[in-house]
Amino acid sequence: MNISVKSYVWGFIISALLVLVAFGMTERHLTSNHYFLSHSALRFGILLLACLQALVQLRFFLHLGADSESKNGWKMLFVTFVLILIIVAGSIWIMDHLNYNMMPQQMNDYMMHSENMFK
Amino acid sequence: MTTTENHHSENAYFGFWLYLMTDLISFSALFAVFAVLRYNTAGGSGGEELFSLPFALTETFILLFSSFICGLVLVSAQQNKIKAALSYLGLTFCLGLSFLGMEIWEFSKLIGEGNGPSKSAFLSSFFALVGAHGLHIVVGLLWLLVLFTVLSKKGLSSKNFSNLRRFVLFWHFLDLVWIFIFSFVYLIGKI
Repeated sequence: MNISVKSYVWGFIISALLVLVAFGMTERHLTSNHYFLSHSALRFGILLLACLQALVQLRFFLHLGADSESKNGWKMLFVTFVLILIIVAGSIWIMDHLNYNMMPQQMNDYMMHSENMFK
Repeated sequence: MTTTENHHSENAYFGFWLYLMTDLISFSALFAVFAVLRYNTAGGSGGEELFSLPFALTETFILLFSSFICGLVLVSAQQNKIKAALSYLGLTFCLGLSFLGMEIWEFSKLIGEGNGPSKSAFLSSFFALVGAHGLHIVVGLLWLLVLFTVLSKKGLSSKNFSNLRRFVLFWHFLDLVWIFIFSFVYLIGKI
């Protein structure tokens, strides 16, 4: 193994920056009168920053790079990621459609929060 | 390390990584439930009212820093600097305990004001997801204590080093999962 302190320092700094950016964007969105990012753009931005941070930590903390030793790690992550995508995205997709299709005439919590995604 | 010990250590590391993948999948199931029930507040409070972003940010930094320190444990151990490794390990424990303390405080506060896991589906899924992560932290801290004791008594044998590698891997993954909890539960839950 050839792990160095530098790897962890960089990992920490970049991760911290990504956290702060995500936090800053959210705070700005909450406190400003005019939103510089739309609701869904902000959500996408936060998701993107989270994924970036995950990759940064995988690279700098867990030393998952381009070498042959890391191949197993990436393979396992890929399979897991596909499964997670199916479980999470699938659940959200199915349940949101189910909620919409089964919704009674009166307004409920769901409608009040949703953004008319079935226009 | 002998070749057999090295072989065993690599297998153990691979096997533990595989276990962590399954752990990620169970977390994703809890995430899926949280996502589905995010608006089901039973007429009560949702994320906007209940979550404090500065509080969650502090928790995030504590855990992130502890993940960083945990890495230094491994660097020291690799260089056979047992005293440094133990110090960093102790620091990791303190940071992890602080994180846990903050989380318990938040849970107590929510339950105290009536927003416990039985109040609404949203809160049930919140407590399940964040609570599961907290339980993992507890297990991690217990593992840390045992590891600390073994290392201080028996030193850095290849077996202990192999165990240490797996613990550090576990701790890094707990921070990884928390990134997503912070992003989806607290940040997105607040907007």
